[in-house]
Amino acid sequence: MKRYVIIGGGAAGTSCAEAVRRTDPQGEITLVSQERVSGYGRPLISYYLEGKTDIPRMSRVGLGFYERNCITALHGVGAASLDAAAHRVTLEDGRQLPYDALCLCTGSFPFSPRFEGIETVPRRFFFTTLEDALALEQAVTKESRVLIVGAGFIGLKCAEGLRDRAGSITVCDLADRAMSVSLDGQCSVILERHLEKNGIRLMLGNTAARFEGGCAVMQHGERVDFDILVIAIGVRPATSLAAQAGAAIGRGITIDETGKTSLPDVWAAGDCTESTELTTGQTAVMAILPNAAQQGECAGINMAGGSAVFTAGMRMNSIGFFGLHVMSAGTCQGDAAFCEVTETSCRKLYVQEGVLKGYVLIGDVRKAGIYTAMIRDRVPLEGVDLEAVGREPSLLPLGQATRRRKLGGVV
Amino acid sequence: MKRVYVNEEWCLGCHLCEYNCAFANSGARDMVSALKGKPLVSRIRVEGDGRITYAVSCRHCTDPLCVTCCISGALRREDGVVRIDRGKCVGCLTCVLVCPYGAVAPGPDGAALKCELCLQNSCGAPACAAGCPNRAIVYEEREEERS
Ligand SMILES: Cc1cc2nc3c(=O)[nH]c(=O)nc-3n(C[C@H](O)[C@H](O)[C@H](O)COP(=O)(O)OP(=O)(O)OC[C@H]3O[C@@H](n4cnc5c(N)ncnc54)[C@H](O)[C@@H]3O)c2cc1C
Repeated sequence: MKRYVIIGGGAAGTSCAEAVRRTDPQGEITLVSQERVSGYGRPLISYYLEGKTDIPRMSRVGLGFYERNCITALHGVGAASLDAAAHRVTLEDGRQLPYDALCLCTGSFPFSPRFEGIETVPRRFFFTTLEDALALEQAVTKESRVLIVGAGFIGLKCAEGLRDRAGSITVCDLADRAMSVSLDGQCSVILERHLEKNGIRLMLGNTAARFEGGCAVMQHGERVDFDILVIAIGVRPATSLAAQAGAAIGRGITIDETGKTSLPDVWAAGDCTESTELTTGQTAVMAILPNAAQQGECAGINMAGGSAVFTAGMRMNSIGFFGLHVMSAGTCQGDAAFCEVTETSCRKLYVQEGVLKGYVLIGDVRKAGIYTAMIRDRVPLEGVDLEAVGREPSLLPLGQATRRRKLGGVV
Repeated sequence: MKRVYVNEEWCLGCHLCEYNCAFANSGARDMVSALKGKPLVSRIRVEGDGRITYAVSCRHCTDPLCVTCCISGALRREDGVVRIDRGKCVGCLTCVLVCPYGAVAPGPDGAALKCELCLQNSCGAPACAAGCPNRAIVYEEREEERS
């Protein structure tokens, strides 16, 4: 009987475990999760604070997932070391897990530069786990002045989640705009206005230089008093297990299109990895849930002797703030081939080499997945009315033969 | 498994499928009280460019991206039908981001909305197909799928 060990119980780890079970009904599966709760949708933590979901509903995998799939789940304990030659994982409590196939799904951890005086801040938090959300829930009161460092999607989601629980919320960022990784200035200003209208104070192009207890001294010299500090600067792939075992690592654990690392019988999936990004052909860390789930599934099938590849990795994100939706996918570089921007909405399409490479939508996001599929499938745009496609995604550019196959057959 | 299939050569572009869908899923007893004076909330939509028209609804994919990518586990595949637990859905719209057919839509309450083949409403079978005047939309069994 084959022994499978999976480290991490996030989207990648649980998808991997499920795929292993589907492919090998007999094998022995052990999943190790440092977090006491696994299988929940990590992006849901802000919705939890907002009151839009609760802990039972946050489970992505559903009640009885481990029993149903005959998986031994070890919670609240981390894997401490990996001996790839001996095919053995040692846990923090000394237990040893021998394996025939291993998958590292260790995700990412919040990154924090060394701020001067950070140790003088009594109440500081990260915002990446359910435990973080529960701690914030405890700490924040209607009087709390909250300062969030980082106006990326994690920081802004945290702001949205806390808005109705706190007295005031300020979000600052070194970048001169909100969500600077996926939005240009023309797009971000739409989001910024919307956030401000909803009571979030933004300080952009200006971040905390140092801390003095409950006060942040900003780069531009202002002093911002706060009760609660949230550091949401970014996340980094959790690669230490793989590194210590000698796996090839760039910014994340290097994997090929089957999910395999450079170590024998060791796979990896999700936020901890780097792999080929579809629109550029370059290696990248794509720390998003769809990627984690699909990579985990692919690795799981291969670990159990099946055959799968995942080559559709690209950056994409769908996120909403106070009712305003923002979607982006692929690579958005150079001039937009289609551009329609108003005070409250935006549609931008980026074309290169005759195919769609990326898009940004704010406001009306209906049918955006058609664009995503056009990027992924490299649908040729020759002879296609780009104005019409830009105004509304449709299956027209696919041509009749493809449509007939897709709408008239099993897909 | 029976699915909804579309033949664009026969589509008249009459949009009746959209109205039948909205009515079937409204829970109302007659079409007038279900639809009159309200925004049309349909899980099927007619697309086209004036020359060509065709209807699109959930394909109930054998390997649905919306299910794999759902952040909350609200979407799942049960006996071949892709279903949504709208109480679990938080409205992040990742499903809208990934559905290659544009067949999942933001609902009026924020949660995502998609075709569930009318299996849970009082129709019991897709109202779009039943009401299509030209049989451009049919509900039937086609080639057997892999597992
Ligand atoms: C607030 C927030 C909002 C987000 N919103 C979105 C969104 O809208 N859309 C989107 O696509 N993505 C979003 N993301 C990103 C998304 O959550 C991640 O991409 C996804 O969860 C990655 O899954 P994973 O399984 O790779 O890693 P994780 O979910 O991080 O799981 C890794 C698990 O491994 C455990 N672990 C690590 N090391 C060890 C060890 N040595 N031993 C045992 N266990 C270990 C960790 O404790 C963790 O439980 C968001 C993230 C956050 C924090």
